[in-house]
Amino acid sequence: MREELFASGRNIPNIDPYLNIWHWQIPIYLFLGGLAAGILFFAGVFTIMGKAHKMPATVKKAPMIVPFALIFGLFMLFLDLKHKLYFWQLYTTIRLESPMGWGAWVLMIITPISLLWCASYIKEFYPNWDWKFKFLNTFEAWVIKNRVIVAWPMTIYAVILGIYTGILLSAFNARPLWNTSILGPLFLVSGMSTGAAIIIMLSDDHKERKIMGRIDILLIVIELFFIVHLFMGFLAGSEAQIDAANLFLGGKFTAPFFTFVVMLGLIFPAVLEIFELKGFKVPIYVPAILVLIGGLIFRFLMVEAGQITRYLY
Amino acid sequence: MRYAMAIDTRKCVGCSDCVVACQTENNVPLGFCRDWVVEVVDGTYPNVSIELRSERCNHCDNSPCVRCCPTGASHFEEGGIVLVEHNKCIGCGACIQACPYDARYSHPEGYVDKCTFCIHRVREGKDPACVSVCPTSCMYFGDLDDPNSKVVNMLKNRKFKSLAPEAGTKPQIFYLV
Repeated sequence: MREELFASGRNIPNIDPYLNIWHWQIPIYLFLGGLAAGILFFAGVFTIMGKAHKMPATVKKAPMIVPFALIFGLFMLFLDLKHKLYFWQLYTTIRLESPMGWGAWVLMIITPISLLWCASYIKEFYPNWDWKFKFLNTFEAWVIKNRVIVAWPMTIYAVILGIYTGILLSAFNARPLWNTSILGPLFLVSGMSTGAAIIIMLSDDHKERKIMGRIDILLIVIELFFIVHLFMGFLAGSEAQIDAANLFLGGKFTAPFFTFVVMLGLIFPAVLEIFELKGFKVPIYVPAILVLIGGLIFRFLMVEAGQITRYLY
Repeated sequence: MRYAMAIDTRKCVGCSDCVVACQTENNVPLGFCRDWVVEVVDGTYPNVSIELRSERCNHCDNSPCVRCCPTGASHFEEGGIVLVEHNKCIGCGACIQACPYDARYSHPEGYVDKCTFCIHRVREGKDPACVSVCPTSCMYFGDLDDPNSKVVNMLKNRKFKSLAPEAGTKPQIFYLV
């Protein structure tokens, strides 16, 4: 039997008895980042493929919420900072070794690109829109003409942003639950799935919904596959990793994870979407909202559980 | 130059003098500490063994906290001492997540704080406060590159371990066992 205690007494807020330095802001930030990445990815890819006219919600409507999502996400990150007045130093330093550092820069690049994208489509929603200045009108005309040129960096940065939301966590060796390279792809796929869900909700076009529904089913299957791999990897790992996996396989996160993320957030919406493709009448909001809530809860659980896991010595 | 500490777990009595000395020397806010004493009891009575460890930032050679800091506030000073520059720290908490020893905390003023090896004393040629007050003299501070330093001497003659070496951080606090 082994017993360990602080002989000197130690009860530091948010550190003891277990780490809880990142609260609700970070999961929301990661969720919105993933969602924005998903929407921009699809908007970019369909534009590059030359199918923009067939996918109006994907290319025009859904990206309209992206700048809001990104700016609100950054605001969440700001709320999480404890030394708020010094936040600007994120942008006076370039540190490639720090995921939070380069992630902040990626956001700094992709947010203006998404704004540019939305601005170029604003006249489709407000035909009387006027940019007031001539150079802005000229610039808009250029963007509208060269959307594919904008779509390429947007797609690439969307993928980087999606992966970043996972790497932000996976770079921490000290937290065994996070310290796995599959977290990057897993968060990317999950983010794309939530992006697809938003597009499905906003689309009025039956064909577009069908395409996005199919893509979403594929993404959900990949996500489930990654989750199985995540735990397989842990169970074949060190004691710290086995302990981490056990939080979800019998431990205190088992019920919320399997109920809200795996069942209600992945399997059930996938089944509903399959039914819809087969021709059954399924209110499209149901699977889409379930995917969104599942994705949000998934990030909450990962951030919370990861902080509990640690090396024992 | 590479500063390091050797702590004799067989001489430590767990009095927590090091903790109080640090709090006084460094004006650590109430309810926080930069060092702490861990008591590990193995076995069941009457067959028990006990280990007492005064723990703090390990001033790692491969510091995950320095690596993940987005602003460069966490950095290396002379002799490998890991410091946080308060005016550069944005309080994002990444370094707290990165530390396998939970040696960092968020100071009530917002920045992240931790053991500095009492760099202000070391620069004057003194030992860190915790080392200099220890009533059993179980802690040794010095330069690993100096063959005559106390630390090198202790590590030459005694068996020692470091904490969670599997985390790959190359910690520079050594526990004599």
